[in-house]
Amino acid sequence: MDLYHKDVVSIMDFSKDDIEGILDMAEKMVPYAKGEKTKRTLDGKILGNLFFEPSTRTKLSFESAAYRLGCDVIDVSEMSMTSMAKGETLADTIKMVDAYCDATVLRHPYEGAAKLAAKFSDHPVINAGDGAGSHPTQTLLDLFTMRQAKGSLDGLNITLVGDLKYGRTVHSLAHALTKFGMNITLVAPESLQMPKDIIDHLETGGCHPVSKTFLEDAIADADVLYVTRIQRERFPDPAEYQKVAGTYRVDNALLENAKDDLIVMHPLPRVNEIAPEVDNTRHAKYFEQAANGVPVRMALLNAILGGEL
Amino acid sequence: MAENPVKEVRVTPIRNGTVIDHITCGQALNVIKILGINENNIYSSISVGIHVSSAALGGWKDIVKIEDIEIDAKTAAKIALVAPDATISIVRDYSVSNKYKVELGEKIVGLARCSNPNCITNKGEPVEPEFKVISKYPMQLRCCYCDRMLTNISDNLL
Repeated sequence: MDLYHKDVVSIMDFSKDDIEGILDMAEKMVPYAKGEKTKRTLDGKILGNLFFEPSTRTKLSFESAAYRLGCDVIDVSEMSMTSMAKGETLADTIKMVDAYCDATVLRHPYEGAAKLAAKFSDHPVINAGDGAGSHPTQTLLDLFTMRQAKGSLDGLNITLVGDLKYGRTVHSLAHALTKFGMNITLVAPESLQMPKDIIDHLETGGCHPVSKTFLEDAIADADVLYVTRIQRERFPDPAEYQKVAGTYRVDNALLENAKDDLIVMHPLPRVNEIAPEVDNTRHAKYFEQAANGVPVRMALLNAILGGEL
Repeated sequence: MAENPVKEVRVTPIRNGTVIDHITCGQALNVIKILGINENNIYSSISVGIHVSSAALGGWKDIVKIEDIEIDAKTAAKIALVAPDATISIVRDYSVSNKYKVELGEKIVGLARCSNPNCITNKGEPVEPEFKVISKYPMQLRCCYCDRMLTNISDNLL
């Protein structure tokens, strides 16, 4: 797939080969992402970073990726600082930003925002998370981390645990996992189960996820344990959040029953779902995973904006 | 005295208007809703048949006849969302002047709102809601913006 001038809205727009191709490009970017080599392939380009929801890793890693390739960045970090606070539509905001930039990265609280932005923008739009919808670039860096650790993505056993209802990272990831024939186990409280239409979509793709209530029952066979935060901000009712907060906790006692080469991943931020004692074990991959955001996003920006490496 | 065979006439012919036939059984009241008929705007006779035997559908159907109103293409497209096999007959002076089957394209634009309140199409943006038809039986529509399946189609018709 030639990514030049293409939008990145949903991971479902990418085939298995497309994804492998992006991960291969990201591999080549690693020394540039670490600053061991330098090349300004995107010199003279401008990236618009619009973050209308809080972000640390995604925003900073997009900025870092752009700067590493010589691309300038203009950004907005709060909706209250834009004309959207005066009632301007996202469509109008995007048309204006599109005139200032060569590509736009958008994080927005409403599902489908990136799709709408792509419709109103002549330049490419990259979805950096739309409400509880999807987060395709997170999925790419998640897959990159798994492939680095395991050598291949095919046929791995993966357990997804936590907020599977509102967690956009697991929604995007689940769609991608089916392309690699992974065996998926889902562990979530009753009120935070994976949405039925995503399950239906996975089954259409030939994947039949298994649901378990207790994390202890889903650890022994897992190659990857993907933990997500139960997101207070997505709950319409705070009392509902309190009922499920702290349901699952990964600690060293739990990991005693895991395979030696199990990797623990988390899109971060974490609250208390992974005990700090896990950080120093061979299982912990979440900080490496966050660091991988830079080479993966470098690969995407370079391909979308036509850089040559 | 010889017995005459009993001929049941449930719905009488109309002089002018529209006959919507082969409606999926149970959807007649949703068709009435789509037609925008309520207590404030009834100016002509409307006949509604629910759970009527249908040779064409091989089971049961609903039927609606409205006098003096000819429905337009947009209304017929909305009817297709709740009754994909419906046929529309425009009647003029007791004769059918035009008869067609409702059609469902691959995409549905501007006929229903997304049932996800957090979908960007429900936030005052200048776009029409758009859905991809995933299946006709049962009717399944996926929002082209937020990717969610549309639930309660009849409650979300525009």
